[in-house]
Amino acid sequence: MNARRSASGGSTASTTYREALRDGLREALRTDDRVFLMGEDVGRYGGCFGVSLGLLEEFGPDRIRDTPLSESAFVGAGIGAALGGLRPVVEIMTVNFSLLALDQILNNAATLLHMSGGQLSVPIVIRMTTGAGRQLAAQHSHSLEGWYAHIPGIRVLTPATMDDARHMLAAALDDPDPVVMFEHGSLYNEEGVLDGTVDSVDLDSAAVRRLGTDVSVITYGGSLPKALAAAETLAADGIGAEVVDLRSLRPLDDATVLASVARTHRAVIVDEAWRSGSISAEVAARIAERSFYELDAPVQRVCSQEVPIPYARQLEEAALPQPASIVAAVRQAVA
Amino acid sequence: MSTTTRRSTGATGTQRSVAPRKTPAPPTGGRGPGHEHELELLRQMLLIRRFEERCVELYSAAKIRGFVHLYIGEEAVAVGVGQALRGDDAVVSTYREHGHALARGVSAGAVMAEMFGKATGCSRGRGGSMHLFDAGRRFYGGNAIVAGGLPLAAGLALADRMRGTERVTCCFFGDGAYAEGEFHETANLAALWQLPLLLVCENNLYAMGTSLAREHAQTNLAMRAASYGMPAWTVDGMDVLAVEATARKAADSVRSGGGPHFLEARTYRFRAHSMYDPDRYREKDEIARWKARDPLAGLEERMRAEGGLDDLANKRLEEDVSAEIDAAVRAAEAAPYEPVADLLRFVTSPSGGAS
Ligand SMILES: Cc1ncc(C[n+]2csc(CCOP(=O)(O)OP(=O)(O)O)c2C)c(N)n1
Ligand SMILES: [Mg+2]
Repeated sequence: MNARRSASGGSTASTTYREALRDGLREALRTDDRVFLMGEDVGRYGGCFGVSLGLLEEFGPDRIRDTPLSESAFVGAGIGAALGGLRPVVEIMTVNFSLLALDQILNNAATLLHMSGGQLSVPIVIRMTTGAGRQLAAQHSHSLEGWYAHIPGIRVLTPATMDDARHMLAAALDDPDPVVMFEHGSLYNEEGVLDGTVDSVDLDSAAVRRLGTDVSVITYGGSLPKALAAAETLAADGIGAEVVDLRSLRPLDDATVLASVARTHRAVIVDEAWRSGSISAEVAARIAERSFYELDAPVQRVCSQEVPIPYARQLEEAALPQPASIVAAVRQAVA
Repeated sequence: MSTTTRRSTGATGTQRSVAPRKTPAPPTGGRGPGHEHELELLRQMLLIRRFEERCVELYSAAKIRGFVHLYIGEEAVAVGVGQALRGDDAVVSTYREHGHALARGVSAGAVMAEMFGKATGCSRGRGGSMHLFDAGRRFYGGNAIVAGGLPLAAGLALADRMRGTERVTCCFFGDGAYAEGEFHETANLAALWQLPLLLVCENNLYAMGTSLAREHAQTNLAMRAASYGMPAWTVDGMDVLAVEATARKAADSVRSGGGPHFLEARTYRFRAHSMYDPDRYREKDEIARWKARDPLAGLEERMRAEGGLDDLANKRLEEDVSAEIDAAVRAAEAAPYEPVADLLRFVTSPSGGAS
């Protein structure tokens, strides 16, 4: 997808999502000595998904800091270090484990600025893997980024492209408030090309990844490649799907979403989280609140089935949004 | 801190008991070295070993997917501790639990079918390698959240305590889990309420790529456990007879109202953390040193020296185990997948209102 987009401009460099994240980390560590990375196995092991491989050798154990298994303690320590003047990047292996640190994230990181009457800001970046698709079953596969997006006081990012993987971290570190970044596990091995003309990204806006006139497919993270694949299939049938990548779940860029819906008059929201109480529900509500009269059809949603994600392949596939189910929802929307 | 060497087995295994100790140290003789019993221990360890070796092949053939964590090298812990438990005791385990499940009597067929994601699997294909369950055997899983099983085990023990049974709950967990708050909160709770809980820490010296000394400021795990107010012993986890003797002592004491006991089994995983792990963080000769203490070879050697095992008996054992695993794989291959129409089953109880 990036290859197509960047073919039009600037020099390009091929990379993987994992390498793009690593390059972003490396740049942050090089340019700001307040920045350090900590988490389980980020150093000697290179990160459980290999994102920080090689950084220990370059920056040493003080700044690439292996932690014991103790999510609450090291996330909380990251919050404290941010209060203490550093710029911690804290890695949690996967979103399911972040629940052990949820207290620190919600009750400290997200609230200190407000509770202290504006005295304490918490410039921390917390990164973690999210999502399913690798037969890891119910304790390693959930998509809880929508839960985090419920919390005022933090920014929630979902990089889905090479450029976002490469550049979101720098912008996140510039934010004086806590930022939580969700990296979908199925994206790490994705290959693509960096847009050589891009050297920073704007965290406040969603991005239109593909233009289309008939329907807006609104998605983020690991569902973006699926939405683009569906759009390709639909194009063969003469249906033009515009694909909107939310990029940030909090704050939500209503303007980009609503502008797209104003062009296409139809909306399909794709979200790997469970439907009830999800970010897809929030997006649908905003469309209903603000663009009701633009709609030519009810808003459709493609979400995960409301079941703990099962191990068996056929069950897991059936539980998750797939290009085919997105295509089916779009057909219903344009029918 | 006293050190007792088991003379009867000629074991390298030592056990240290760390104060406060409410029960006397295990006797040096322990159970008589009846070879039938030892043969059974060997059979159980061999079943786990060969089962997992087959898993590696099946993983390469893409029959098994997801995360798979092998127990190879640690078999003496599950098998030795298993001897100390009764049928109505409970076991709570981790994601490295094939050995715990098999030693608990969950059939190789049910475990293999689970890894194939089949309807006949012990979790009906919902769990896979990391989530084996067998309620009938009071095997409460297969938990992939490190230390996640510990509070649950305390609760099972609390239920037994409140209902006045003599059952023991045994919880396996790793040296990495020991760093989590959930371990420390559970240890305190269990000691405070004197729960019938046997805490078995499988100290294989690594939590994924992080070595013991880089995850714990104080690496004497038994001493720290004792500080919560429970008997805490260390045992050579490569010596199944030593594990058995110490686990019996601990479980018997728990059962007779002695409150929680902590057992650290010093062990080592011969393979990488999981099938995804390139294992770059361990020295080759460290691995070789531990492999030289292979618990299966250790027991076999001892039995041969005592005349309790010969080539013929060993061959028969290998053949029996191999036939059991072949049958498990064949049955798993032939078993049906759970129909996709049943995707939403088991989210809430059939009698429950919510969905
Ligand atoms: C709460 C939590 N944090 C991190 C992980 C990722 N993880 C899985 S196993 C493991 C190492 C655990 O080590 P240990 O407790 O010693 O058990 P071992 O794997 O050595 O048997 C880690 C970090 C997890 N599953 N759960
Ligand atoms: Mg360990």
